[in-house]
Amino acid sequence: MLELQNISYRVSTPEGETDILKDVSLTVPDGKLVVFTGPNGGGKTTLAKIIMGLATPTAGRVIWNGEDVTDLDITERARRGISYGFQQPPRFKGITVHDLLLLAAGEEKLSKDRCCQYLTRVGLCANDYLDREVDASLSGGEVKRIEIATILARNAQLMIFDEPEAGIDLWSFARLTETFEQIHAKHASTMIIISHQERIIRLADEIAVVAGGQIAHRGTTDEVFPMILADTLGGCPVIERKEVTL
Amino acid sequence: MITEIDRDLLEKIADLTGQPVGAINIRKDGGCEVRQSTEHIKIEPQTEEGRQGIVIRILPGTRGETCHIPVIISKSGHSELVYNDFYVGDDCDVEIVAGCGIHNSGCNESRHDGVHTFYIGKNSRVRYAEKHYGENDPGQTGANIMNPKTVVYLGQGSTMQMDTVQIRGIDSTHRTTQFVCEAGSEVVVTERLLTHGRQLAESDMEIQLNGDDAKGRVISRSVAQDDSHQIFRPVVVGNAACFGHVQCDSIIMGHACVESVPAITANSTEAQLIHEAAIGKIAGDQLLKLETLGLTAEEAEDTILKGFLA
Repeated sequence: MLELQNISYRVSTPEGETDILKDVSLTVPDGKLVVFTGPNGGGKTTLAKIIMGLATPTAGRVIWNGEDVTDLDITERARRGISYGFQQPPRFKGITVHDLLLLAAGEEKLSKDRCCQYLTRVGLCANDYLDREVDASLSGGEVKRIEIATILARNAQLMIFDEPEAGIDLWSFARLTETFEQIHAKHASTMIIISHQERIIRLADEIAVVAGGQIAHRGTTDEVFPMILADTLGGCPVIERKEVTL
Repeated sequence: MITEIDRDLLEKIADLTGQPVGAINIRKDGGCEVRQSTEHIKIEPQTEEGRQGIVIRILPGTRGETCHIPVIISKSGHSELVYNDFYVGDDCDVEIVAGCGIHNSGCNESRHDGVHTFYIGKNSRVRYAEKHYGENDPGQTGANIMNPKTVVYLGQGSTMQMDTVQIRGIDSTHRTTQFVCEAGSEVVVTERLLTHGRQLAESDMEIQLNGDDAKGRVISRSVAQDDSHQIFRPVVVGNAACFGHVQCDSIIMGHACVESVPAITANSTEAQLIHEAAIGKIAGDQLLKLETLGLTAEEAEDTILKGFLA
């Protein structure tokens, strides 16, 4: 079980101090799929990074399986079963897709069949990709899908995905949604997915709308989704005001 | 006599283990330790007065054979200048593995300067690998120096793939590589280099593309650590309807310095030449990604460097 207790994240800017996250508390039970959604700049990615140890909160604690992991580094958290799929994954000259899957699985050898399974689940063919380097020769969408395949190979108890849909074509996205659904159906891993996509939001057990550094709404898809739709109707208050004065 | 240290060096520079097969010449501390010719590959000593080294003649039509000619220096303070000439006939398909390993057990400078000249006939394929490696006994400070010079005359329709690797232990190197390529020939040079401590590595390379459809490609990857200094000057000259590509990539660490000066010269309107060079440190997001896979920061750095130099 993951518990976030009173998490705050404050940064210094030339204009003074800004709160990216303000006293956020959240509990995610084992095997659940929670979607973080909300406007850009609302604090979703920062919150996810704090769980993985990629960012250090200025206040609050991260409790994972009953252990306070706030002061543990990324490596130690990874070894305790936390994994993280980057929104914009890095590229590596000279490191192949196969190398990355091996590193992710933490094994000396990985059969082609298993590699094939991980890649197929993100819509890639092992024959075409296993020996390719994860460098600039791959498109953004390809690197993104390989990134997600490494999380599948890692098979961690907690999987965090930061906007897995970003940069991925519609066909691959459909395949990816199925994969999330299958993982969730087994309840073997807890998933936190940052997403704006309705199809992913609809898979969630719970939605947390992160806005203005806080959890603005929280509840089941049926409870929260209508609120999101109501909040996201187009419109600009400035223009609307002008229209009124006209 | 081949000692345990020699065996270790031979494995590092030429992947040689156990009883070698095929044509072979092992040079140790200036002497000939092993020499073995085959039916198609003849190895003989240099006949020119005052020249050390060997002459290797590969008969036309020789296919699927290998030739190993490693050099090892285990006597601290040994210095040598060696000329090895290769005559490769037409229609050959062969692999030549050179390389030099120095084990310095004292405080004196050990130095190997090697001049390799290849005369390659028509329609042949040659894979040429050279690895350079040096090591010192604990507490010993003798410098290990290697200055290899490679000159290749590549005949019509022939290809050469040259892989040159220097991983650790060479305090100073100035390598010179020259290719003269006739019509329809192709050369691919892959250079891998890692320097550390206060090492200096300088690499001058020139590929002359003299005939139509000649192709030249240089892929150079290097890692400069600590206070080391690297200088690359790969040059491709297009004198015909040819294609040339130079690509230099370096990772810089610590207080190192890397100079990368690729150049292209076209003397024909039909020459297509490209060069690119990049120097940068290991990206922070690469380290973070590998750490999220459970690697420590040191393991992550090591994995990135190994992949880059693979």
